[in-house]
Amino acid sequence: MLEQSFYDKTDEILSRYPAQERSLIPIIHEIQEAFNYVPVELLPYVAKHIGITETKAFSVASFYERFSFEPKGKYIIRVCDGTACHVRNSLPVLERLRSELGLSEKKHTTDDMLFTVETVSCLGACSLAPALMVNDHVHPAMTPEKATEMLKALREEASVHE
Amino acid sequence: MSRITTQEELNALQGKFMSEIKAEPIRILVCAGTGCQASGSLNVYEKMKELAENTEIKVEFALHVQHPHVHKSGCLGFCEQGPLVRIEPFGVLYTKVKPEDCEEIFNETVKKGEIIHRLLYKNKITGEECFNQDSIPFYNGQTRVVLRTCGTIDPESIEEAISAGEYQALSKTLFKMTPDEVIQTVLDSKLRGRGGGGFVAGKKWQQVASQPVTERYVVCNGDEGDPGAFMDCSIMEGDPHRMIEGMIIAAYATGAHEGYIYVRAEYPLAVKRLTLAIKQATEYGLLGDNILGSGFSFNLHINRGAGAFVCGEGSALTASIEGKRGMPRVKPPRTVEEGLFGKPTVLNNVETYANVPQIILAGAEWYRSIGTENSPGTKTFALTGAVRNTGLVEVPFGITPREIIFNIGGGIRDDKKFKAVQIGGPSGGCLTEKQLDEPLDFDSVKKLGVIVGSGGLVVMDENTCMVEVARFFMEFTHRESCGKCVPCREGTLRMLEILERIVAGNGRMEDIEELRTLSDLIIHTALCGLGKSAPLPVVSTLNSFMDEYIAHIQDKKCPAHVCQKLKQYVIEPTKCKSCSKCARGCPVQAIDGKPKVPYVINQDKCIKCGACIETCPFKAIYVA
Amino acid sequence: MGTMKIDGRNVEFSDEKNVLSVIRKAGIDLPTLCYHSELSVYGACRLCNVEDEKGRMFASCSERPRDGMSIKTSTPRLVRYRRMLIELLLASHHRDCTTCVKSGDCDLQKLAHRLGVSTVRWGYKERAHEKDFSSPSIVRDSDKCILCGDCVRVCEGIQGINAIDFANRGTDAMVIPAFNKEIAKTDCVNCGQCRVVCPTGAISINTNIRPVWEALSNPDVKVIAQVAPAVRVALGQAFGGAKGENVMGKIVTALHRLGFDEVYDTTFGADMTILEESKEFLEIFEKGGPFPLFTSCCPAWVSFCEKRWPEFVSHISTSYSPLQMLGSIVREYFKGQNIMSIGIMPCTAKKYEILRDDLKRDGKQNIDYILTTEELITMIKRAGIQFDMLEGEAADMPFGIGSGGAVIFGNSGGVMEAALRTLCKGSERSALEELSTGGVRGPGSLREFTFNYKGKEIKAAVVSGLAEADALLRRIKSGESFYHFVEVMACRRGCIMGGGQPVHAGYRTKEARKHGLYESDVNTQIRRSDENPLALSIYDTLIKGREHELLHSHR
Ligand SMILES: Cc1cc2nc3c(=O)[nH]c(=O)nc-3n(C[C@H](O)[C@H](O)[C@H](O)COP(=O)(O)O)c2cc1C
Ligand code: SF4
Ligand code: SF4
Ligand code: SF4
Ligand code: SF4
Ligand code: SF4
Ligand code: SF4
Ligand code: SF4
Ligand code: SF4
Ligand code: FES
Ligand code: FES
Ligand code: FES
Repeated sequence: MLEQSFYDKTDEILSRYPAQERSLIPIIHEIQEAFNYVPVELLPYVAKHIGITETKAFSVASFYERFSFEPKGKYIIRVCDGTACHVRNSLPVLERLRSELGLSEKKHTTDDMLFTVETVSCLGACSLAPALMVNDHVHPAMTPEKATEMLKALREEASVHE
Repeated sequence: MSRITTQEELNALQGKFMSEIKAEPIRILVCAGTGCQASGSLNVYEKMKELAENTEIKVEFALHVQHPHVHKSGCLGFCEQGPLVRIEPFGVLYTKVKPEDCEEIFNETVKKGEIIHRLLYKNKITGEECFNQDSIPFYNGQTRVVLRTCGTIDPESIEEAISAGEYQALSKTLFKMTPDEVIQTVLDSKLRGRGGGGFVAGKKWQQVASQPVTERYVVCNGDEGDPGAFMDCSIMEGDPHRMIEGMIIAAYATGAHEGYIYVRAEYPLAVKRLTLAIKQATEYGLLGDNILGSGFSFNLHINRGAGAFVCGEGSALTASIEGKRGMPRVKPPRTVEEGLFGKPTVLNNVETYANVPQIILAGAEWYRSIGTENSPGTKTFALTGAVRNTGLVEVPFGITPREIIFNIGGGIRDDKKFKAVQIGGPSGGCLTEKQLDEPLDFDSVKKLGVIVGSGGLVVMDENTCMVEVARFFMEFTHRESCGKCVPCREGTLRMLEILERIVAGNGRMEDIEELRTLSDLIIHTALCGLGKSAPLPVVSTLNSFMDEYIAHIQDKKCPAHVCQKLKQYVIEPTKCKSCSKCARGCPVQAIDGKPKVPYVINQDKCIKCGACIETCPFKAIYVA
Repeated sequence: MGTMKIDGRNVEFSDEKNVLSVIRKAGIDLPTLCYHSELSVYGACRLCNVEDEKGRMFASCSERPRDGMSIKTSTPRLVRYRRMLIELLLASHHRDCTTCVKSGDCDLQKLAHRLGVSTVRWGYKERAHEKDFSSPSIVRDSDKCILCGDCVRVCEGIQGINAIDFANRGTDAMVIPAFNKEIAKTDCVNCGQCRVVCPTGAISINTNIRPVWEALSNPDVKVIAQVAPAVRVALGQAFGGAKGENVMGKIVTALHRLGFDEVYDTTFGADMTILEESKEFLEIFEKGGPFPLFTSCCPAWVSFCEKRWPEFVSHISTSYSPLQMLGSIVREYFKGQNIMSIGIMPCTAKKYEILRDDLKRDGKQNIDYILTTEELITMIKRAGIQFDMLEGEAADMPFGIGSGGAVIFGNSGGVMEAALRTLCKGSERSALEELSTGGVRGPGSLREFTFNYKGKEIKAAVVSGLAEADALLRRIKSGESFYHFVEVMACRRGCIMGGGQPVHAGYRTKEARKHGLYESDVNTQIRRSDENPLALSIYDTLIKGREHELLHSHR
């Protein structure tokens, strides 16, 4: 069971959209932004509210790469593996991040829920390839070394916030 | 602010904003596009602002104003050199500016009009200093029509947009032209869609306008999923009003009253600026009900994508806006007949819409004077990869790839050898040295077996393995396949398997034939453009770089030394001092040796981790 | 209207929606795996590709016919592509044909054979999803799914349920319930229509053959079967019989040979249902409401109503379905004996119905197992019975006869017609004729008509397909429509197209099944339920005023 606060926040989101099928994707976006993932319990709840079946809501949500039913870390690192970044060696950056965090192609989020590492194809910063994005912030011209430093800085930032 | 209710009011306002901006003695524009922001331009902006606000200094040659103005601008296209700072009225362009530089810029340039030489861009070949934008080779080969305002106005201020002439074309269409005349002008201009297909925009509008159903929609495709392309991103970020204006004009021409902009979720800045632009335009009465008092109404919404490349395809995009899975559907009916919510829909690309206002203002004839006979106008390209100057460029159609890569792009980085340029992204193919002097326009490029596509140009040098590039694109299309139709879902999987096998050194000669038959099948039977074009990078590399495929398959070698599994780590016996350091570091005990005899790597055991190369104090180990 | 050239021949077309239909009309059986004329066009299999004179390819299922079009349907290139498409499908398919339930009746297998796919170049990547046995009616095996989407479109488009849908994308795509939960935990109403359209073994009937067979070989158990109307017009074709032929006699013989001790006719139960239901209706009609009264014999409909329209559940007749009627009476008749009661049904939802608590007496099911038409066919084949050579036998007494009205239960509109027959002035042909041509029969999945009863007008509706029913309920709720009496059947056209019937029934087969039942009605002596002497007689013997206990649901 989810805590009531999840439903309260969801109600607030729902109140801003017409109760129609077309609101589904924007609503899931907002839920994902609010909780860093899409708690599975909320999908039937949303579906009911906008008048579609939960099967449909699940079908749609599972289609889109960006939506995740698993909780993501505080810092979502999206490493660009678009063409421009790929030909400028984005893979070593990805590998470094994964090895430093003990993550893999299958495992995306660290156990302490601090980091999630994913790939994305193009961030629109191709001329600064290879690029990656931490939450909404783009980091240009990455190297494995810079990736390591970046993790260190993020860890420090997180501990300050604690 | 109050709503503008007549054409005259708009003109008056433009004049007012223009004089206000002219009155600014010094105008500092800090680029705040995605690229420069990533390089820290916002810190530069804050610092500049702080300096400007707290300064006591009198600007000597403009005594009537107390302090200079600092603005954010959209992408100037030269992101690689960012953060960029431009200072008007001198027109000086500083590159790679850091917050620490701001004080000096203030003291020297702003106060005294002195140039700071170390911040100027230096011509990479001649070494010459480039004082302003026009003297930089990157810019002087370009023709900026669509990007005219990108980088010179603050995209978050509609006042600047209006002063730069945005919404003038709208006012002209609303008050001086009938919808049919608008369509005719766009038809006459021969404007073709910039989203990849090159379909004549005016025809599409005409078809929608002639549908019996009167509820219609105008949709802008800002999904830009092509990896390695960011043209639409820069337009949306740099001057969102221009493209919005184009959409309103399309709506007026086709009788639509509702519009949607579908933007990639990976472009948060574009979403932010579009949202702001819509808000501001609505407040000024340039959007919404009764636009400019003309009686015409048009409302605009923004939908964010959610990470599915296939949603760039028209029917998948409309499905996604409707709240469904973004799966392409069969045609007919076409989008112009039954598009969004089953209604006739104009769907155009960001850049297509951004071309419209200029066409309306300057006329179809002017437009056709740029570019080629059948591909008039300009095209923006995202020039990336192994070139010296990467960035966003706008060039007239008909220019050659060589001019773009070697003049504007400054040639290949580190003086390496040019190998190929990938055009059209995952739906396109490679152009080789031989094809560099062919004109770049919709039809000529098709004859070379590639497409203009949305505008990604990824330059590859001798260090790029073309088989690996083919594998990379196949992996992309396979991952992005919606999974609906058999040839694309299953066929791309099998093609990817084969390519993976080849780059891992396990290829067989039959694989080439199998790749060709699968390509043929998928191209001819897939349901949508994603599948139909998915094999093109493979076909194109098979045609131009067969020798590389054969090297991988028969000789088990990667000529570009890229494919990890085909690398061979070898000890040069003459250099090896038998120190045993490498053997101790090897995680799989693949290195054997005795004192005084050169060590040897057992290739069967070696997992190509590369650790030994780093450990050898005598640099005796190399990759063969 | 127009003419097009297909493989060099001129073919006229009229209102065909797509080129594929024109091709088929021209007598060419173009292979398809994702096209059903009643479902929306999906365009996923790409097998229906054809080539125009310029060598351009397009999928014929999704192209409009145009006058002057010229196409070829099987150039070497097209044949090569089709073969490769099948090969690609097979490569990702769990190919254990020899032991697969669908073998012999599988479209994928047939096409592979027909197109001569002799090798599969690519290796199968074990996916090994768990099979879903949670439903009493259907079994889902995702490893056999080719993602044609037929089930999704039937479940959502025709049935309005959407219990299963696509999830994920690309090669990870699957057709599953939300969150991949068990199908029994969804809104699935067990209609089995998904299984009817599924071209492979990905959705199949949850079979009960084994326990029945065990009981048949146990001398201590008296095994009793009853056979529903729709079974008799669908089974014969599987053994070379004519489409829609009524083979009830042979079915009885076959069941006896299989070892069933008693073989009864569900039409007996149907007459009981009509007797009870028309009583119930008259009572409400005279009382003036609440309207409408809904029929109760389709369990998928009842389940749908409970899940989606709880406010209308109290409007459903409490009379047992024919299956339960006869089941309950048989149980009472053989009280104290060790019996196993089997229903031979066209329906997968009946497998669920027999488990319902409101249909149990003293916690015991009225019926022990349901065998669908398909399962009976399997048993007959397995036992090696040469069905086509059998001499027909009559069903066993005392529950071996039913009226003509009971036989037509298998068609959408049949229950309504049978019920209204008992309200007709007489049993003369003319009165029945007037009723049967008054709108209760006919095309379309919704039929509305009025019936004059003692000078008063009865407004009635007959609907089949749950999406259509859903729309009707919405109109009833909003007050836009009003009826006194409504018959709902979950399957389009009624039970003749039930989820347990032999599949691959095209338009002609459907029509033949329908006519088969109407013809049997005409050939029956007793046409009204209230004239079935055996049914009437048990009111005095077995039932003795216990109608509520024995013949009604306790919902
Ligand atoms: C797989 C696929 C992806 C596409 N992605 C885009 C895109 O990101 N942006 C775009 O404008 N058009 C894209 N298109 C093309 C659109 O379908 C459509 O042709 C275009 O938006 C029409 O606008 P235009 O005529 O102005 O080019 C894509 C097409 C396919 C098949
Ligand atoms: S070609 Fe690929 S992306 Fe397009 S419909 Fe088919 S499976 Fe989907
Ligand atoms: S590359 Fe790695 S595995 Fe191979 S020899 Fe060197 S250290 Fe050992
Ligand atoms: S580390 Fe270098 S020098 Fe030492 S044994 Fe290895 S190859 Fe020879
Ligand atoms: S579903 Fe068809 S092809 Fe697949 S194993 Fe069963 S019979 Fe064979
Ligand atoms: S079809 Fe072939 S594989 Fe199957 S049982 Fe017969 S011989 Fe064996
Ligand atoms: S049995 Fe009926 S309701 Fe259940 S999944 Fe199949 S079609 Fe849908
Ligand atoms: S379960 Fe059957 S009908 Fe449904 S998509 Fe899979 S193969 Fe098609
Ligand atoms: S219509 Fe008949 S076959 Fe279909 S679910 Fe209802 S009772 Fe069963
Ligand atoms: S390819 Fe990496 S940002 Fe565009
Ligand atoms: S973002 Fe500054 S030049 Fe592109
Ligand atoms: S029948 Fe046309 S694509 Fe399947």
